[in-house]
Amino acid sequence: MDINYTPEEESFRSEVRNFIRESLKEETRRKVEAGLRLEKSDYVDWQKALFRRGWFAPSWPKEHGGAALTPVQQWILEDETARGHAPRTIPFGVNMVGPVIIAFGSDAQKKRFLPRILSSDDWWCQGFSEPGAGSDLASLKARAVLDGDHFIVNGQKTWTTLAQYADMIFCLVRTDPAAKKQEGISFLLIDMKSPGITVRPIYTMDGEAEINEVFFDDVRVPAGNLVGQINKGWDYAKFLLGHERTGIAGVGTSKQLLRRLKQIAGAERIDGRPLIEEARFRDKLAAIEIELMALEVTNLRFLTAERNGKSPGVEASLLKIKGTEIQQAITELALEAIGPYALPFERNALQDGWNGEPIGPDYAAPIAAHYFNWRKVSIFGGSNEIQKNIIAKMMLGL
Amino acid sequence: MDFTLSDEQRLLQDSVRRFIDNEYGFERRRTYAANSEGFSRENWRKLAELGLLGLPFSEAEGGSGGSPVDMMLVMEQFGRGLLLEPYLASVILAGGVLAGAADEARHRTLLTPLIEGRLLLAFAHGEPQSRYTLANVETTARRTAHGFMISGRKAVVLHGDTADKLIVSARTSGGPTDARGISLFVVDKNAAGLTVRGSQTIDGLRSAELTLADVDIGPDACLGALDGAFPTIESTIDAATAAICAEAVGAMGMLMETTLDYLKTRQQFGGPIGRNQALQHRMVDMQIAFEQAKSMALLAAMMASNPDHAARRRAVSAAKVQIDRSGRFIGQQAIQLHGGIAMTDEYKAGHYFKRLTMIGATFGDADHHLGRFSAPDTADAEAA
Repeated sequence: MDINYTPEEESFRSEVRNFIRESLKEETRRKVEAGLRLEKSDYVDWQKALFRRGWFAPSWPKEHGGAALTPVQQWILEDETARGHAPRTIPFGVNMVGPVIIAFGSDAQKKRFLPRILSSDDWWCQGFSEPGAGSDLASLKARAVLDGDHFIVNGQKTWTTLAQYADMIFCLVRTDPAAKKQEGISFLLIDMKSPGITVRPIYTMDGEAEINEVFFDDVRVPAGNLVGQINKGWDYAKFLLGHERTGIAGVGTSKQLLRRLKQIAGAERIDGRPLIEEARFRDKLAAIEIELMALEVTNLRFLTAERNGKSPGVEASLLKIKGTEIQQAITELALEAIGPYALPFERNALQDGWNGEPIGPDYAAPIAAHYFNWRKVSIFGGSNEIQKNIIAKMMLGL
Repeated sequence: MDFTLSDEQRLLQDSVRRFIDNEYGFERRRTYAANSEGFSRENWRKLAELGLLGLPFSEAEGGSGGSPVDMMLVMEQFGRGLLLEPYLASVILAGGVLAGAADEARHRTLLTPLIEGRLLLAFAHGEPQSRYTLANVETTARRTAHGFMISGRKAVVLHGDTADKLIVSARTSGGPTDARGISLFVVDKNAAGLTVRGSQTIDGLRSAELTLADVDIGPDACLGALDGAFPTIESTIDAATAAICAEAVGAMGMLMETTLDYLKTRQQFGGPIGRNQALQHRMVDMQIAFEQAKSMALLAAMMASNPDHAARRRAVSAAKVQIDRSGRFIGQQAIQLHGGIAMTDEYKAGHYFKRLTMIGATFGDADHHLGRFSAPDTADAEAA
């Protein structure tokens, strides 16, 4: 038993810190710190910097260009990038479809797609949910029919995050309508420039358009873009959803948000006294911090257990539930911290470089919108209720 | 003890409900919000015709002498429709301090046109540093040879950008957090030295930041007793707090209906999602929170004009704490039980959730009112 990082792990940490200091653009860093809107280039430039350093695919095997970092090193990388205000890695390529292609894809798919995922030359998005298939994902209806050496795809996907930037989409499509619902689904890689694809933005309650509907109208997809075997897509999707274990709890991000919240609560005043010194507020902050400390150790425990060869089980679900609860609690307390300045909403203030006068303190502008936007994290990627079903099924076996 | 409505109250409730049902469909509301002023002048005229703009004022003031319970009935319906018009800002807040200042000449020049829908007012009290402390006023009004000169800043003034006249609180004596020494002044929107910066609020209403740079006003601009405005300000904010508690109940009711309907109709795994016991129990917890909120909004309304000020403060603060807790739980769970659809701007649930959240940050959040409730001067007074 040792709660300390090894000297090697500590030296890796300083390596990461130095790298961030040298490679992260100041403009991007500033936007992330202040919670401002990010452009596609903010993500891509940072991901390319990580790629050049060899760290963009921390968990991929070396033969495919990955860094093959140990789980603890991956943890440190995530922790430090969040602390250093780097943008989050867009997970759809490197953390989601990449591992699926590595595990189940053809050699041609590996050769064609993996290098462009690594270099961030392809931006991927995820085509899983449909209007009628949310929690019950396996009831999806988008059809793919084999016609010679192409699939013809028809249907609709929804909640597609950042599809407006995407070059490629990985989709679950129904290829055998007669089979039991999980058994007639295939995993298809589709070029977003294919004729017949329409992307329509969905405005969310914070006024942003981060998610989209994607429509497929007789879209021709080369049969070679089918991953693995036909009608086995559900297995690959389950692999994909259970695969992510390092970042799913968002501990690094929560630690960064909590640091930011403490700064804000130090700046806010109640009759001249810093808000952070008010017992009622300070105790709520402390309670969240304690939960987060516990989650960090829990996450590290799970990671090292995985390193010792134990299967991860339901741990991803558990990390997702507790991690999103903590993230939401932080956004909620940040909202309380800014008091009446939660109300005015100057949308332009979310844009870096806007020259207008902020309303209230300069840190207030994105806080309420962030609180509303962050309600999504307990819904997407399998709602927390679905995650609880997964854990309950495993625990009770009933 | 009697919780039933009188016939007059039922009529009032029906007429406001009809107004909301007819004029406040979710899509129509969107068109009002798109106006540059953020609301509909036509609706304002209709509210005047319905007599609602004069409801809280006495007959001597030109109103119809409605009680806080009448106001509760009205605000609950406004919450159902997410009213955009400046009823809270103009009638309840500005009208409240105006009536409280008991100045008959002013009633003729300001209250009468307000009640008739010809004049919009706003109450400029909060300041960038004041947060929720009502006595925290740093804006000053200094005596000049010909009246007063006001300097300072006012923050998050509800509907301050559409008001024809602003009622501004300013310090005429005492230290920056003394209750004594605060006075009220009427300032025209075109006064030299006044800058009004309007913006949307995140829940679709309007607010303004005011800068007063040596604004010169005449001696008759002072409203009520010099240095003695605090009791009027506090009782008006308490009445307004009771009113937004009722508004919140209306908004919660709509979220409950919408969520319940969704649980019964949204099909997943071969049946309505409401078949899941976990979701059923969540919905029941929401219902319990809703009933608690309704009770406290009612209590606040019945205590809002209680002559025992400590008892009034205690009831209003207790209600605000309960409303904020219930509103947050119901709002968050309504979104969660819907899933992705409720995250969208197109769907109404998010708009109700946003309003409920912002009610939480208006006139003191739950922490502020917990502190006020448990403070020795109010804790001693037993609630009714």
